[in-house]
Amino acid sequence: MSEAVLEHGAKTPGREALVEDWSRDKQVFGVPWGKAMMWIFLLSDTFIFSCFLVGYMMVRISTTDPWPNPSEVFALDAFGVPVPLLLIAIMTFILITSSGTMALAVNMGYRKDRKKTFWLMVATAVLGASFVGMQAFEWTKLISEGVRPWGNPFGAAQFGSSFFMITGFHGMHVTAGVIYLLVVAFRVKNGFYERRGGNYEIVEIAGLYWHFVDLVWVFIFAFFYLW
Amino acid sequence: MSYVAIADRDHEQEHHDPQTFITKYIWSQDHKVIAVQYGLTAIFVGLIALGLSAMMRLQLGFPDEFTFINPENYYQFITMHGMIMVIYLLTALFLGGFGNYLIPLMVGSRDMVFPYLNMLSYWVYLLSVIILVVSFFVPGGSTGAGWTLYPPQAIMAGTPGVDLGIILMLVSLAVFIVAFTMGGLNYITTVLQARCKGMTLMRMPLSVWGIFTATVLGLLAFPALLVSAIMMLLDKTLMTSFFMPAISSMGTDPGYTGGSPILFQHLFWFFGHPEVYIVALPAFGIVSDLLSTHARKNIFGYRMMVWAIIAIGGLSFVVWAHHMYVSGMNPYFGFFFATTTLIIAVPTAIKVYNWVLTLWEGNIHLRVPMLFAIGFIFTFIHGGLTGLFLGNVTIDLPLSDTYFVVAHFHMVMGVSPILVVFGAIYHWWPKITGKMYNETLGKWHFWMTFLGTYAIYLPMHYLGFAGVPRRYFAMGNTEFLPESAQDLNAAITISALFVACTQILFFANMIWSLWKGPKSDPNPWDATTLEWQTPDHPPKHGNWGHELPVVHRWAYDYSVPGHEEDFIPQNVSADDAPAGREHGGEHAIVATKEHK
Repeated sequence: MSEAVLEHGAKTPGREALVEDWSRDKQVFGVPWGKAMMWIFLLSDTFIFSCFLVGYMMVRISTTDPWPNPSEVFALDAFGVPVPLLLIAIMTFILITSSGTMALAVNMGYRKDRKKTFWLMVATAVLGASFVGMQAFEWTKLISEGVRPWGNPFGAAQFGSSFFMITGFHGMHVTAGVIYLLVVAFRVKNGFYERRGGNYEIVEIAGLYWHFVDLVWVFIFAFFYLW
Repeated sequence: MSYVAIADRDHEQEHHDPQTFITKYIWSQDHKVIAVQYGLTAIFVGLIALGLSAMMRLQLGFPDEFTFINPENYYQFITMHGMIMVIYLLTALFLGGFGNYLIPLMVGSRDMVFPYLNMLSYWVYLLSVIILVVSFFVPGGSTGAGWTLYPPQAIMAGTPGVDLGIILMLVSLAVFIVAFTMGGLNYITTVLQARCKGMTLMRMPLSVWGIFTATVLGLLAFPALLVSAIMMLLDKTLMTSFFMPAISSMGTDPGYTGGSPILFQHLFWFFGHPEVYIVALPAFGIVSDLLSTHARKNIFGYRMMVWAIIAIGGLSFVVWAHHMYVSGMNPYFGFFFATTTLIIAVPTAIKVYNWVLTLWEGNIHLRVPMLFAIGFIFTFIHGGLTGLFLGNVTIDLPLSDTYFVVAHFHMVMGVSPILVVFGAIYHWWPKITGKMYNETLGKWHFWMTFLGTYAIYLPMHYLGFAGVPRRYFAMGNTEFLPESAQDLNAAITISALFVACTQILFFANMIWSLWKGPKSDPNPWDATTLEWQTPDHPPKHGNWGHELPVVHRWAYDYSVPGHEEDFIPQNVSADDAPAGREHGGEHAIVATKEHK
């Protein structure tokens, strides 16, 4: 809250307080530059994924061939029984879990517990890497069954095109996130931020990105696997 | 964490004072150097686009005279001219060039918040330009799909540059978007988070407001272009069918099935319409500052101007399908998009009225930047009014794809922003270089350019009414066109070549100024904004010497009664000068007291 508002005594409620907060000098948001930039970047990235998903929905509507049944295509044989969406359920669970470890890492970062922050971030990165690994497994399975970007034996060609494009783009985000997390984690460990005034906001900034990637996955999961 | 603690941290960025020539001028992290790099690169590609347009005009004005221009080349020229002008010149110049130069100086910051990222932004932009230029020289040449790159024709046999040209075009666009994102994040964060003491949002010069809002639009609109570029790349290289329906190509089946060409148009114009305002809003902002400074009067209705910029920015996201009235989409869409399109005229008209009212009873100095600013008002009103025609479905249908459209968009987003670019270069040239240019030569440049562009684009409206279609290599023996249409085309070509040649005056003036021009005063226009109040002239790395400026008033205290000079810079406190005509607003007054 700005000093200008404080001069009036109590904060004016409602719209005026919002206007005053936004129009104060120096900065609009009481957050570090890096965090503000990450939020803006994520807003832009949201538009990228939205465009991908809208494009996918539109080609799914426009195509004349029947859409493959996701419950069958994405089924995995467990003990000889095909279980629909088994792999995706595990992948989703892993990614959501990694958001939990990331949140803990942010907390430990603010407590300046470098050791725990490091290990929690490494755990997050490992979970993320295993997600990408499972995605590679899923891609391999589908490719071996004849699914290609330009066509597949189950129905509309756009199924394979959208699947590889969207999950591929998301997988690249996860991969980039794993690298980003590991870089920050090792810098936390070797005292890089300690030499720069002991500021661990970077852990939270990396966390923002990671949670965003998870959130996007929830939408991809809902629109691609459940629809 | 409290706000005060963060604010008192002053600046988080590290200052690497550049040592060698290379770190100072090549791998520079200084926003001013990056701005000049952006500007020079953009003007360089702009000259290529100018050359291409001259070739097109030669063909249109004197068909069959120039045998080295064949139909394939002509389509390549059209495509590259449009793409370069809209994206690689205007977007890059306004945001990468002027945005980089003006934002930190105008809001009182030492640099952009992430100088390294800013440097990277330029080099990635340069990469995208190189890819674009390379596409001229690959086998088959650059793409000739038209700057809108509509599928299916963009990636089907028969279109020039269908092999490597279109691929390089799409890759170049994707790289450009990466560059823009890195720069754009910087501009937005700097405006939001790194202003100097006293610089509230409602005290920022309108140039900053325009550039800031345009950058927000860019960060939200370019994703649609990125996605459509990726999808079309996949359609081209991996034979996916996002945009490609089942189609026969020269008697053979290329193997596409079930895609939606209209999807591309929606994605493209969801980017393409905000793009118009990405170019226009910085021009709006800059022209407001030029008019106010050279008319020695505060901008009329500052708050209204800010809200109009924001309203135009918001509305620009819900008008995109007015580019698609003839695409065969549901007519009810046309009704919706025509309505939103006409609504956007309201804030735009507010801006035009306010510019004119700023001139009303002002102490107008017809210096070169002012001439360009007033010229902009003419061309913008002109192009804006024809926009109202084209925004209506019933009028657009017969005029679509005629020269009327060409005239409209060249007037509104070709000539108008470019007049502002020239005005802005003349206005800030003394600050950037420390030298003055030749005023007489500048005036000649203005009048020849301004009258010349009217001679080019005014007749095009008539051609459009007569039904001359756009993008045609030659008219042939089209019966409904009168023969005089060809005479008009020849006249247009002569004017176009004349205007192209007069640009030599501009470059000659600037080169002369750098070489032999007199030293300029640190504040030659007696302007109020912060960039004219720097301790060094031209400003050095870090901009502000030892202490950041403190702002006490808005950017438009011109001709304040009771003050001997006709301007009060933003960093002059209320103790040293009258309070001025700040637009009111309780928080602003409180902030002034607080900073005393």
